[in-house]
Amino acid sequence: MLSRHHCEDSRKVFRIEISSNLRQRERQLQTQLEVIGIGGYQLPEIQNIYFLKGDLDLPTVKRLTEKLIIDPVTESYAIEQVKHRVVKNNNPSNNENSVEVAFRPGVTDNTAQELLEAARRMGISNILGAATGMRYQFDPVMNPLEIEQIASKLLVNSTIQRFSYQKIYPEFINTTSNELPVIETISLLTANETRLLKISEERRLALDLTEMIAIRDYFIGIERDPTDAELETLAQTWSEHCVHKTFKAEIKLDSGVIIDGILNRYLRSVTEEIDASWVRSAFVDNAGVIAFDDQFDLSFKVETHNHPSAIEPFGGANTGVGGVVRDVLGVSHRPIANTDVLCFGPQESGEGDLPENVLHPKRIQAGVVSGVGDYGNKLGIPTINGAIYYHPGYTANPLVYCGSIGIGPVDSHPTSPQPGDRIIVIGGRTGRDGIRGATFSSLTMDAQTGEVAGASVQIGDPITEKGLIEVVELARDDKLYNAITDCGAGGLSSAVGEMSSKLGANVDLENVTLKYQNLAPWEIWLSEAQERMVLAVPADKVHELEEICSRYWIELSDIGSFEESGSLKVAIAGTPVVELRNGFLHNGIPDKKLEASAIFRDENYLPASLNISPQQVNYSELLIKLLSHPNIASKEKVIRQYDHEVRGSTVVKPFSGEKQDGPSDAAVIKPLNTAGWRGFAVANGINPLIGESDPYYMALSVVDEAVRNLVAVGADPDRIALLDNFCWGNPNRPEILGSLVEAARGCRDAALLYRTPFISGKDSLNNEYIGQDGKHHAIPGTLLISSISIVPDIRKTITMDVKQAGHLIYLIGDWRPTFVGSHLARIDIAVEGKFTQKYRPPDLSEENIQVYRCLYKTIAKGLVTAAHDLSEGGLAVSLAEMCLAGRRGARVNLNNVDLSSIQTCFAETNGCLLVTVSSENKNVFEELFTPLPCRLIGLVSDDKILEIVNDSDSLIQLEIDQLLQAFTGSGKDPSHGS
Amino acid sequence: MAAEKRVLILHAPGTNRDGDLAAAFQLAGGKPEIIPLSELAKLDRLGDDFGLLALPGGFSYGDALGAGQLWAIELQTRFSEVVKQFVESGRPVVGICNGFQALVKADLLPGNGHRATLTYNQSAKFECRWVTLTLNQNNPSGWLKGIERIVCPVAHGEGRFLLEDNLTLSDSQIALKYSYSDGSSADMVYPENPNGSPSGIAGITNPAGNILGLMPHPEDHIMFYQNPSWTRNKNEKGKYLGLSLFKNGLAMI
Repeated sequence: MLSRHHCEDSRKVFRIEISSNLRQRERQLQTQLEVIGIGGYQLPEIQNIYFLKGDLDLPTVKRLTEKLIIDPVTESYAIEQVKHRVVKNNNPSNNENSVEVAFRPGVTDNTAQELLEAARRMGISNILGAATGMRYQFDPVMNPLEIEQIASKLLVNSTIQRFSYQKIYPEFINTTSNELPVIETISLLTANETRLLKISEERRLALDLTEMIAIRDYFIGIERDPTDAELETLAQTWSEHCVHKTFKAEIKLDSGVIIDGILNRYLRSVTEEIDASWVRSAFVDNAGVIAFDDQFDLSFKVETHNHPSAIEPFGGANTGVGGVVRDVLGVSHRPIANTDVLCFGPQESGEGDLPENVLHPKRIQAGVVSGVGDYGNKLGIPTINGAIYYHPGYTANPLVYCGSIGIGPVDSHPTSPQPGDRIIVIGGRTGRDGIRGATFSSLTMDAQTGEVAGASVQIGDPITEKGLIEVVELARDDKLYNAITDCGAGGLSSAVGEMSSKLGANVDLENVTLKYQNLAPWEIWLSEAQERMVLAVPADKVHELEEICSRYWIELSDIGSFEESGSLKVAIAGTPVVELRNGFLHNGIPDKKLEASAIFRDENYLPASLNISPQQVNYSELLIKLLSHPNIASKEKVIRQYDHEVRGSTVVKPFSGEKQDGPSDAAVIKPLNTAGWRGFAVANGINPLIGESDPYYMALSVVDEAVRNLVAVGADPDRIALLDNFCWGNPNRPEILGSLVEAARGCRDAALLYRTPFISGKDSLNNEYIGQDGKHHAIPGTLLISSISIVPDIRKTITMDVKQAGHLIYLIGDWRPTFVGSHLARIDIAVEGKFTQKYRPPDLSEENIQVYRCLYKTIAKGLVTAAHDLSEGGLAVSLAEMCLAGRRGARVNLNNVDLSSIQTCFAETNGCLLVTVSSENKNVFEELFTPLPCRLIGLVSDDKILEIVNDSDSLIQLEIDQLLQAFTGSGKDPSHGS
Repeated sequence: MAAEKRVLILHAPGTNRDGDLAAAFQLAGGKPEIIPLSELAKLDRLGDDFGLLALPGGFSYGDALGAGQLWAIELQTRFSEVVKQFVESGRPVVGICNGFQALVKADLLPGNGHRATLTYNQSAKFECRWVTLTLNQNNPSGWLKGIERIVCPVAHGEGRFLLEDNLTLSDSQIALKYSYSDGSSADMVYPENPNGSPSGIAGITNPAGNILGLMPHPEDHIMFYQNPSWTRNKNEKGKYLGLSLFKNGLAMI
């Protein structure tokens, strides 16, 4: 039972309304109103609202407002004392067209928290609570239905916020309580199979019958029923998230073949077979680790935060970044760069295209982008690489991949807790955050239940995490701990459980610092409150750690000790909460067996090739259409909201070229504190469109893309490590699991071909949304491959923009373009009989790796002036991007390429790049590439026209400005002068 | 032997460009030390120990209640004596980005008796991009001596400098302006002027000239390879670095 504690007190509550004279937000909101079809009204007014509770008087509130809250140059304020009113009729028709929005109680309100602390620092101590909100005042002639629409579509996310058409009253969460903890016992010993399944369902344990039976039998063996906390601990420890059941399951294919686990068979085995000396740690820790130089290692981890981002985009993406950064802290590294790859539904979706209760893709994108930016920017970690992909399959299920790269001294990460070590939690306090978010978000929430419900959504607090980064680095250097891990899914239960799996632990939940009282013991134990790390600290070093923590405003609590008991024991106020044997907790999970259908039919191989004469089609028009396709067009408006310069280490940035608007293939980083000129490069590959035709070929393609992007900037092809990240639908559906197996098989084949070990991975399954129509809305199986490699001398790196007139343009690599999954096949072109021929796409050529090595060598020798990979949209798009980035034209003749013109221009291929070489280096470059595929196709021109011909046929002739306009959507070249 | 030029770099909760700034002062020949505010309370005098005070970029206190606002409160309350002593002794002070915001909100800048603010960019978005800055030759501050132009990134959401009552700042207090890459004035043109500051103001000094505040990050252009054009204009390698600014600051000690 959740306790509802309501404490009425007679303290005064003041309401402060702040107005800005800049009218910026108002104009922005008006633009958004027009987008949802509400126009022609006068500008709305927006005010920030602050609430202060306590034994306060008006002059004090005034002083506090003037000193702390307002910007005296741009803002004015009004203060009033308010009384709690019960609003019976929250209806827009009977008042004055205003909407007021506030957080649900318990939702992290960082601003209110800072306000409270600052007021106390000012010496105003009798202030008991603070809360924030927003007020929107609309044109009085606007119709009430429109107000309702604005509130639900633009202003309010009911998962974390509540709103009123009248003056909203703040809900302050109680911070004191004298209720006794409730520990529930679950009757399991006598439960039959139906009952077991019901318990799993009711408590959202996500355990299947076999697992529930195993748990029941364990408790029969020890002759007692489990507590709620024990059952929840088992559910977390055995969850897909923590043990990757599907990836370890034995899978029977419909061909009769048995796969002994995707993870071992297709991923881990690659790393073992390659056995690279520079892989320091793969698959075992919070992040994969590779060697950087003699002194430092690099770590890399990519996580997903899909479901939280679907329901609360800002908070979901925010805590996604926070979580992956803590993974890097979990290998004792300092996070130094972030990546993000985002998949959304089409931004132009109509409201009618959306399943019920699904946020519009535009709103999801806006929230996710600001969530990613907010957290990364505030941590001071540059966001250096990423991608945004649009597909209708992501409308209800956006994908948010957050990656982080860390650096740390070689051999500085201790991983063995010792008996007697204290269990130390540092960072944020524990609240209900993230506890069974799924359960709470499906409750009907009103002002009463809001007290607990809203809290289930995680909101990040990057400033606390920033403090953690400082503390962990210092504690590591002073050797203050024997093991460290982050509190992620499962909270303390997973973190402490994992750390003590080879020992045992005694935990006292009374010592966990809480955000507010009234948490049940299992809630404290399972809470997914953000910004916490758990460390195993020798008792005589706790004090020293505490000192470092206080320097960076970080709280520390000592919640117990590691013991050589073989059991996980948790108690509160002397009452046992959990007592589980490690053997059962960590190894008791029954093996899983699944079935998969991996037979692919010929019709999957559509569309393949296309034979039409050049006269049938306007090539220039097609190129413009492709450049402005959402998946290809510039993402600059998003990317410039992320700081990619902090830490002063970004050598190749997200954008390259004369005006820095050409899309770079990979980011190159030179850490400021390392010796010499060594750096590293980071890239990714993703292509769900190919996966729809052939998941095996998709995996080959995205591994190749992730590798190709790295070699394009001059990274070493023999030092590449990969991360796999699978987002799929429900694996219990054999055809879904079948495509997952095929993609994993492709990963293995491609990675073995390139000798690129996997060092870390993640799977997010069940990305399906069951609409109120009962229909499944599944995502296209999406494989993200992230890649990292060493750049021995960053002074040799190159960018993708063409540099100078007269440079020769070469097409290098195994040139076998197809229309499988191509963007041309997706854009609307009126051509008779297009895409009829069926064709199985080719495997990767063994020659590719030689091409990449040769490119690496020629770049290192300074022979190459620009390189860009061929990806979405094919050769013409790639060439156009190089030209627009360099603000120079090119003249290309395709007569040297023995394929149809349309295939040459727009079909997509693996293994290929365009490079430019100065004419004086022509011979030496060509010699080095002999006998590898390397075709001279044209040269950079001294005008601003991109011209592609096939002998006498002129195919494309476009001005750079036209390319830019299509690519950036800006309408004009923003450059100054000529 | 010349005395060590010790630089005190303040670190508030959420400060994140302290490392970049330390690297810049180090390379410029100074001896930077990063001190969290929690430790500053233990130093009763800044005077004798440090020659230069620097407030780096970041998001102090999460920029809750406005960028730099709560850091400014700290400077005006807990640390008002030490800061006042430092400023009045005429020693150089620099605030970059969040540090500039804090100096302005603490009324240390513009320091001419009028209140100012750094408010939301006109684009209403956080902007990370490289800008060209020209230094105002009519400003006699030692911080600007001998420098004509700097190229460096901006990364902020609140950088639009406004003075109360629509007043304009005296030319001799303007330190840096956003410009086109050839050095000509960009005035209000976006994105050369990334935040819409009137007259393209990117940085200012106090009337005495010892306090410099600026939104862009010269500390992130101290090596040639940080410049986004370095793979294109190889003959301009290492031009327009921000390093000169830090050398000037140290020379004022």
